[in-house]
Amino acid sequence: MTIIGLTGDEAVAYAVKQSKVDIVAAYPITPQTIIVERFSKYVADGEVQTGYVCVESEHSALSASIGASLTGARVFTATSSQGLALMHEMLYIASGLRCPIVMAVANRALSAPINIHGDHSDMMGSRDSGWVQIYAENAQEAYDWTLQAFKLSEDKDIQLPVSVNLDGFIITHCMEGVDVLEDPVVHQFLQTRKPSFTVDPEKPITIGALCFTDYYYEFKRQQVEAMQNVHRVLNRVCKEYKNVAGRTYSVLEPFGMEDAQAAVICLGSTAGTAREVARKLRAQGKKVGVVKLWLYRPFPNEEVSAALKHVKAVAVFDKAISFGARYGALCSDVISALHTVEESPKTFNVIFGLGGRDIQPSDVELVFNEALETAKTGVVKQETMFLGVRE
Amino acid sequence: MSSNEKPGWKSLPIGAVVTEGGTSLKYKTGDWRAFKPVVDKGKCVNCLLCWIYCPDSSIMRQEKWVEVNYDYCKGCGICAHECPTKAITMVEEQK
Repeated sequence: MTIIGLTGDEAVAYAVKQSKVDIVAAYPITPQTIIVERFSKYVADGEVQTGYVCVESEHSALSASIGASLTGARVFTATSSQGLALMHEMLYIASGLRCPIVMAVANRALSAPINIHGDHSDMMGSRDSGWVQIYAENAQEAYDWTLQAFKLSEDKDIQLPVSVNLDGFIITHCMEGVDVLEDPVVHQFLQTRKPSFTVDPEKPITIGALCFTDYYYEFKRQQVEAMQNVHRVLNRVCKEYKNVAGRTYSVLEPFGMEDAQAAVICLGSTAGTAREVARKLRAQGKKVGVVKLWLYRPFPNEEVSAALKHVKAVAVFDKAISFGARYGALCSDVISALHTVEESPKTFNVIFGLGGRDIQPSDVELVFNEALETAKTGVVKQETMFLGVRE
Repeated sequence: MSSNEKPGWKSLPIGAVVTEGGTSLKYKTGDWRAFKPVVDKGKCVNCLLCWIYCPDSSIMRQEKWVEVNYDYCKGCGICAHECPTKAITMVEEQK
């Protein structure tokens, strides 16, 4: 076991270094910059054999990544916020052309007003783009998921781009002890990408052909199937990773859910705070639990439903607003997963952390107490709670 | 062409990759056509302006007049527009 001090960004760069990536094309943006900055140093120092493409924008970064992926290369890129927004057009092309690409997204609020701090507005705005979305809780998870993401993305039954999300600053810039694998172990785990087709002048193919009313729909249906395959393949990848790393991952991680009456469900770094508060409240005899979602797209309906159906009240933490919708994106998905459950738990939405506003243990405690009250009365007092906003 | 004759999503190559070259010949675009060009052989002087202008190479040269390849002609009407002897008329397709 080798533990080294790494920030979340550095942990991702370290994982990419070990993954024998053929091409990295990226453009710097806070709070992602350190990922590609560290990686460019590995390239300059000759520690990797990766082709590093300096591009003029994120739109070009993803375009170059798509082109590289289609030749059969292993590809990595990274972005954040406005950069992800600028990639928007290419996100759909990456998934539509079925390009295995791993992209780290250092989650950050979207302008306006301009802000550089962490929330999930960026990736939530891209949630229907056909990318697999994974959220890490800390630097260790960012490292572990980056490695697993390559294997998932390149699987023949998936062949979809995968985003590994890490909360801006909270994860990207905080240094932790990260347990890293030895290089040969990573090489053995990932192996070389085996593309389903390659660019070969002897065997010409067409990529990006025009598909009208008569074919387009069929290719979208294929993407649905690939997304559904993620559930099965992810379990296999996580099992293989456990064998080499000793750390267990899956689609979600429950805490205290075996006897919880009230629960919160959230993504990313918030889970650590929520778990700590739950631990304290459970010591006081309050039956609360936490569900941390690792996989957001495809949404693990069955697992979420199984984890939550026995509780009486659920608070869903959304670190982004879906303007004009009844709930935030995660809350809509959770309610959708629960709607076939008889006597499903009373559910309410907690909007929090926008523009990087800190969430304190006392904030989470307030939500737990509200959820416990809801569990007791069976009445949702407030459908959406704007936690921590000044009135 | 009815949709039943085309392959379903399970048998198509993923990502809309076309796995061989020269396949545009297999994509018969004639069924896009709303109006078809009809050549009056008596008026055609075989000047080949239509052959030059046709964007889909759907005019076929014959010895004394031209014919239209209806498998690929999309019915754009450029041939009829350019024909100096008004030998080509656009006739609505009967569906």
